[in-house]
Amino acid sequence: MFRFLSKSNNTIRKLSSKSFHPTLYASSSPHHCKSKISTIHPQIASPISSNAFDSSGSSSKPSDSRYPTGSPNGSPFFRALDRNSSFSGPQMAGNRFFSSGYLLNCKNLKNGKGNRRGFLRVGSFVGESRAFSSEPDRESMEYDVVIVGAGPSGLSAAIRLKQMCRAKDVDFSVCVVEKGAEVGAHILSGNVFEPRALDELLPEWKQEEAPINVPVSSDKFWLLTKDRAFSLPSPFDNKGNYIISLSQLVRWLGGKAEELGVEIYPGFAASEILYDANHNVIGIGTNDMGIAKDGSKKDNFQHGVELRGRVTLLAEGCRGSLSEKVLRDYNLREKAQAQHQTYALGIKEVWEIDEAKHKTGTVLHTLGWPLDHRTYGGSFLYHMNDRQVSIGLVVALNYHNPFLNPYEEFQKLKHHPAIKPLLEGGTVLQYGARTLNEGGFQSIPYPVFPGGAIIGCSAGFLNVPKIKGTHTAMKSGMLAAEAAFDVLHEGSSMEKYWDGLRNSWIWEELHKARNYRPAFEYGLVPGLALSALEHYVLKGRSPLTLKHGKPDHEATDVAQLHSPIQYPKPDGIVSFDVPTSLYRSNTNHDHDQPSHLHLRDPQIPERVNLPDFAGPESRYCPARVYEYVPDEKGELRLQINAQNCLHCKACDIKDPKQNIEWTVPEGGGGPGYSVM
Amino acid sequence: MKIMVAIKRVVDYAVKIRVKSDKSGVETSNVKMSMNPFCEIGLEEALRIKESGLASEVIAVSVGPSQCVDTLRTGLAMGADRAIHVEASATLYPLSVAKLLKALADVEKPGLLILGKQAIDDDCNQTGQMVAGLLNWPQGTFASKVVLDKEKEVATVEREVDGGLETLCLDLPAVITTDLRLNQPRYATLPNIMKAKSKVIKKFTPQELNVDIKSDLEVIQVTEPPKRKAGVIVSSVDELIDKLKNEAHVI
Repeated sequence: MFRFLSKSNNTIRKLSSKSFHPTLYASSSPHHCKSKISTIHPQIASPISSNAFDSSGSSSKPSDSRYPTGSPNGSPFFRALDRNSSFSGPQMAGNRFFSSGYLLNCKNLKNGKGNRRGFLRVGSFVGESRAFSSEPDRESMEYDVVIVGAGPSGLSAAIRLKQMCRAKDVDFSVCVVEKGAEVGAHILSGNVFEPRALDELLPEWKQEEAPINVPVSSDKFWLLTKDRAFSLPSPFDNKGNYIISLSQLVRWLGGKAEELGVEIYPGFAASEILYDANHNVIGIGTNDMGIAKDGSKKDNFQHGVELRGRVTLLAEGCRGSLSEKVLRDYNLREKAQAQHQTYALGIKEVWEIDEAKHKTGTVLHTLGWPLDHRTYGGSFLYHMNDRQVSIGLVVALNYHNPFLNPYEEFQKLKHHPAIKPLLEGGTVLQYGARTLNEGGFQSIPYPVFPGGAIIGCSAGFLNVPKIKGTHTAMKSGMLAAEAAFDVLHEGSSMEKYWDGLRNSWIWEELHKARNYRPAFEYGLVPGLALSALEHYVLKGRSPLTLKHGKPDHEATDVAQLHSPIQYPKPDGIVSFDVPTSLYRSNTNHDHDQPSHLHLRDPQIPERVNLPDFAGPESRYCPARVYEYVPDEKGELRLQINAQNCLHCKACDIKDPKQNIEWTVPEGGGGPGYSVM
Repeated sequence: MKIMVAIKRVVDYAVKIRVKSDKSGVETSNVKMSMNPFCEIGLEEALRIKESGLASEVIAVSVGPSQCVDTLRTGLAMGADRAIHVEASATLYPLSVAKLLKALADVEKPGLLILGKQAIDDDCNQTGQMVAGLLNWPQGTFASKVVLDKEKEVATVEREVDGGLETLCLDLPAVITTDLRLNQPRYATLPNIMKAKSKVIKKFTPQELNVDIKSDLEVIQVTEPPKRKAGVIVSSVDELIDKLKNEAHVI
């Protein structure tokens, strides 16, 4: 081990989640141990295994080999037929043994922190060259700005940067990487769009044929009980707003960005942050592609690529995997004295309904049934163009009952007598799910880190009472771009982004909206009452700031306190089972790759999740990734069908012991949203 | 020796397709399109042959609307040297495509023409065979293994047929269509995608190639297959016979 450490290149440390660079792991692993001691990181095993490069190769995630992997939900067209799959049974055991041993050693290293720094300095005189690594270097591409995620905030930032370049007659290279197969493939949102930020970014959007065509014509708000719907005064003011498909808008934004010279690369997943010797972020690394389930390299193995940027912007959306690492690494929540982030899971379908039942521009929101008084959430129903209707249910993830199944609650909702008639005779075009931020003002972290910043929902700017986050995400992207431009052009600091945020309408808006969501900690009725107070009396000038309750994963009660909920069977007309819905999300991943869902401790599901909480992940996951199935001995074991994953991040948020870590799979996989 | 690979831009395999409400075809607007998987395999095989030194150049060819350029760029990113786009906005059926490919083969004179065995949107499985007939070249279809012998100018092709595997020896120039198990296509890397942006794509029109693309086929209607009806459990053989005779009218 000593030998590995001194040989390694220490100028670049990585918090890698999936890359095939064994000697570099030797340098990265102690640092990895420092930041996340409890992670059983498979790559830690690889430097120890002497045959890191042959076909039976290094380890894959231990959870994979232990548990039978699920039957793929329809194998991908041809990648399933891999000639290179190799048997690695006993070797796996060897690697796992080593990995736990190595971790123990890491613990000691952690205590001797000073010592390790010494190693770093010893190693760093070796300089930039990676002459000692036996694998060929990963290719490295240099840009001025690297943006992770081609969503509203990422693309707004890219566009704003290029606009400023044109204005000042300079040119900075901007690269956007996107894990979806195409721009817009992973974008899902209600969406009633407030064009405030777009008006600032691209004032000519109407002439340039942005897919924003349906102005809101009516705004209804119902309180639902099992059989009835009571109309309440609408708390929303959607005049001047539009009902859109955010996926389509983002696709259009992508086109605009490319016209301005932004390089967008869909199908590439940013899986690690690149650091320099001083722990500044210098860019990101994409996933290695073509790794088989057992960890070996397939025929079409390709190294990931390093994208180095003078400024790196993380725009991964809610609970971004790299953003979460950075938030922890630089203690960005503590820096802003922010509370933890709170989340909700939104499950949505786009329907094509009867012409006669369709009324373009109608906006409907509901509260109450099917959720109970202690569970925050509600539904939305928007009439778009072309007889299309967006319908969805949003459930706050701090729900208490471990037997709650948000997907089934959504199916129940569609049977409500006020909603079912609308959908009957229609067809579902697409289905999907995604988590969203509900923390608002209280949860905004300090979004600047050395080398870059976090923008959009990865930081968390969603306005909960308005249930809109697109406009604030876009504006945050624009502000970060302006700060980044000054960093590149004048050498100023990214801190300007933080100042920009606090002086912008984002701050003012989120400040005014800060007490609505926390009020519901006290229940539905107190929540409504306090919200009415905020809205009609205090008008955002409340002297107090209510705090959030427990973090979502801690809010789950033990199963003993509740009883299982009997959900009705799907009728196939208005409600459906998960596999049918999943098919409509166009989701797929190359099945022959290691599971991207890591269990920090592979025993916790059977030791804690199942007995104490009745396996809640088998219920809140909208894609049936997690299933408890009996093994040969008849005992229930967790089976992870990673191929189904919709990239919603609910498991990363809601797992009671925070044992599930969502990492990014091979780029190009995941859902294929086009009208969501 | 040059290798020409024909690739087609089709609806992505993972997309759930829908029939248009006017029943004229499948919904292709706002739907993800990508390279036909069998064409990817064909391109991969061509690249491997080139990398083994038996070919000098790989040319990717596509026939279709202007967006085909995106698919060709992916082909260039995978490693093709040049690309040719024949612009045609109308729907083209296999015979027209085969005629265009013949015209291009007469221009480029490749030693090998590789196609995917079929496209996943129409499942025709005709273009390769037709172009071989038009060119009067030998054909090895459903190839699961291709071995080239440069000196003897032959290609040994193992084909997947219903009865098992058949091995053919083809004189070059020849047409090969690829099947699933031939290889696993490589990923286009980011740097290659970048470089591909500057590679040249030559454009032709059917008129320039003197090909008449008017088709003798016309699609009248596209409908979804009838929904599967629920099964019925019968209680006796007599009831079964009765149902088969009087309800299903099959006996």
